[in-house]
Amino acid sequence: MRNGVTNVLIVGVGGQGVILASEMLSAVALRSGLDVKKSEVHGMSQRGGVVTSHVRFGGKVHSPLIPSGEADVILGFELAESLRWVHQLAEGGKIIANSQRLVPPITATGKFSYPGDVIERIRARAPQAKIIDAIGIATELGNPRLVNTILLGVLSKSLDLDEKIWLEVVEKMAPKGTGEINRKAFLEGRSR
Amino acid sequence: MEMLLSGNEALARGVYEYGGEFASAYPGTPSTEILQTIAQFFKDEIYAEWAINEKVALEVAVGASYGGARAIAAMKHVGVNVAADPLMSLTYTGVGAGLILVSADDPSLHSSQNEQDNRCYGKFASIPVLEPSDSQEAKDFVGAAFEISERFDTPVMLRVTTRISHSKGIVTIGERSTAERGGFERNIEKYVMVPAHAIKRHKLVIERLENLKEFAEQTPLNRIEWNDREVGIVTGSIAYQHAREALPGASILKLGLGYPLPMKKIADFASKVGRLFVVEELEPFYEEQIAAAGITVEGKKFFSNFLELDVDRVRDGFIEAGVLEPAAKAPTSAAEPEQVLPRPPVLCPGCPHRGMLVSLRNAKVLTTGDIGCYTLGALPPLSQIDTCLCMGASIGHTFGIEKAGKTGKPVVALIGDSTFLHSGITALASAVYNRTRSTYIIVDNRITAMTGGQDHPGTARTLMGEKTHAIDLVRLVKALGVEHVRVVDPYDLEETSAALREEIERDAPSVIITNRPCMLFPKKIAQAPYAVDAAVCTACGACFRVGCPSISASSETNEKGRPKAQIDASTCTGCTICAQVCPADAIGPAAAE
Repeated sequence: MRNGVTNVLIVGVGGQGVILASEMLSAVALRSGLDVKKSEVHGMSQRGGVVTSHVRFGGKVHSPLIPSGEADVILGFELAESLRWVHQLAEGGKIIANSQRLVPPITATGKFSYPGDVIERIRARAPQAKIIDAIGIATELGNPRLVNTILLGVLSKSLDLDEKIWLEVVEKMAPKGTGEINRKAFLEGRSR
Repeated sequence: MEMLLSGNEALARGVYEYGGEFASAYPGTPSTEILQTIAQFFKDEIYAEWAINEKVALEVAVGASYGGARAIAAMKHVGVNVAADPLMSLTYTGVGAGLILVSADDPSLHSSQNEQDNRCYGKFASIPVLEPSDSQEAKDFVGAAFEISERFDTPVMLRVTTRISHSKGIVTIGERSTAERGGFERNIEKYVMVPAHAIKRHKLVIERLENLKEFAEQTPLNRIEWNDREVGIVTGSIAYQHAREALPGASILKLGLGYPLPMKKIADFASKVGRLFVVEELEPFYEEQIAAAGITVEGKKFFSNFLELDVDRVRDGFIEAGVLEPAAKAPTSAAEPEQVLPRPPVLCPGCPHRGMLVSLRNAKVLTTGDIGCYTLGALPPLSQIDTCLCMGASIGHTFGIEKAGKTGKPVVALIGDSTFLHSGITALASAVYNRTRSTYIIVDNRITAMTGGQDHPGTARTLMGEKTHAIDLVRLVKALGVEHVRVVDPYDLEETSAALREEIERDAPSVIITNRPCMLFPKKIAQAPYAVDAAVCTACGACFRVGCPSISASSETNEKGRPKAQIDASTCTGCTICAQVCPADAIGPAAAE
């Protein structure tokens, strides 16, 4: 955290829910009475490309983009994407990485392969990296679509934002009729 | 009340709050959400439409303005090129009610074919350019723009960038206010641009610019934030935010009105600071004008005209200029990124364009391409698009290569439905008139897909959700003089390839139209998934080369160690293209396994 601003970088692949997660985090910051800015980059296609979302909150936020090496927390929805962005961590920053691997079609050309040692390489950069099997947890809870909320629950533990506001936002922004199960998923993530 | 809004949403909100009544646009990243937001939330108060292209969008907005309604036309930066013809004379006629041209520029080419700086149009057309630096200003500046437009009888450009349009920030919400205005008032000398009238209007434009320069000196849109006076920064738009963060101690002249510049204010500011810098993205637009006014200024030497700026790049510039110590950057900022495999954008699983691209590759033809999802067919493994320049250009390219007569290989044009309607019709009419013999392909997926699924004159729906007439492409193309028009199913490779073969050989112009809708818009389409029988798969790689994200290398290999294929059942839509290219017949419906 520099100048009273907390920087959270959320990364993943198009279609994984990176944008929704950053929307929810931003809403929590807004309801907490903080200044907040959010900016994302996603490629041309509707799905399958790299997606990154920058969320910055605190006293007064100027640039919507997190400067290099100043991410206080990185939340990765996909392992290779967590590895791609791990160098952006600030000193003492935390990375939370979902253990899902999405192998892109470019590997079929034979010119590129998915890194087999991806977790080791993340850990080499960030020894305290928290690797979370969110799909496994979601399946235990009975709905694979809860991955997003579980990861937000894990993320919430690294941020100084009120649990009550988190739960309000999670319930409000969850799809209709899924408020209760999403609340449960959030708390499950938060307990990890 | 406060809301977290993107620049585009805030801009739409501004049109609502400041009494806008009319909005027209052609979709284009990063501008698309402006009209979508208006249509979603404010359609009782504001008429909103997708025009067939940006030229028409601006022309109808001009008509609405002449007719007494506050109006906006919104488009991406390259769209303003299409609308430049009306714009350059609109500046002479002036407006009726307030008129805003929103130009959404795309520094860093996140989703564009170039990164032109449309502030230059402000100078070219002698019109004011407003440059918001966050969502709040995106909303507020709509009000300022309408007022300036009406007060000075001029169209106003509201220029945003991807980083403004697509970043969210806190916006204070207000009520809508409107004013009573009459309809079109006849004034032939003002509105009819024949030479005798235009000469008089041009003189007024020159006077208007002088008045706007005076206004620029006074308006609170341009403000000074005094701090330490060793360094003074002139900046605007998103660059202001980066500069503010990179050098918090500096004095800043923040320009909300980016053209014309308040040159007296700048000269006064310059005289009170040690070193004067301009921090601006892309062109040295402020810098050159300030230097031309005889003021010593530094800018592009330290802050590149290439790609977006950010806090790092601004810090680097000030470090190079000797203003900042290298320690201003985070100790970890120089960390090398890990080498990770790329993840380029891809055509969706089941995309109907894939069948046509594979068929074109099999036909071994050159393909002039256009702007749309199918442009992704230029990337490996398809690599089947040979040109892409601007909306509609594929048709002229094919005809030009045909007439040049030196290529010795058939050339076909590939263009989408929305792009064909936008700019392809006139090009095809011209080619037919000039006796083309080529084949032109319209991949008609019945939507503007690339920008997220917007309607167009071929979809039978308006932006406001009404049913409407749909252009019949077959009849349209026949009316242009193409006798040989056929409709093919792009999921049937044999049929598509046969059609290509016959039409390419034909010594007459022809058009092939595909007939399958987009898989995502207006609704998701998926059939039962397919699967690879690993026992039959020979690892030949034919299915890998159709470039489908659902197909990947499995851990099983053949005797040479080559990976066999596998299909992700959760994303496969059962389009069957991979099964049709498989020489071993190893791919079939998953349920039949």
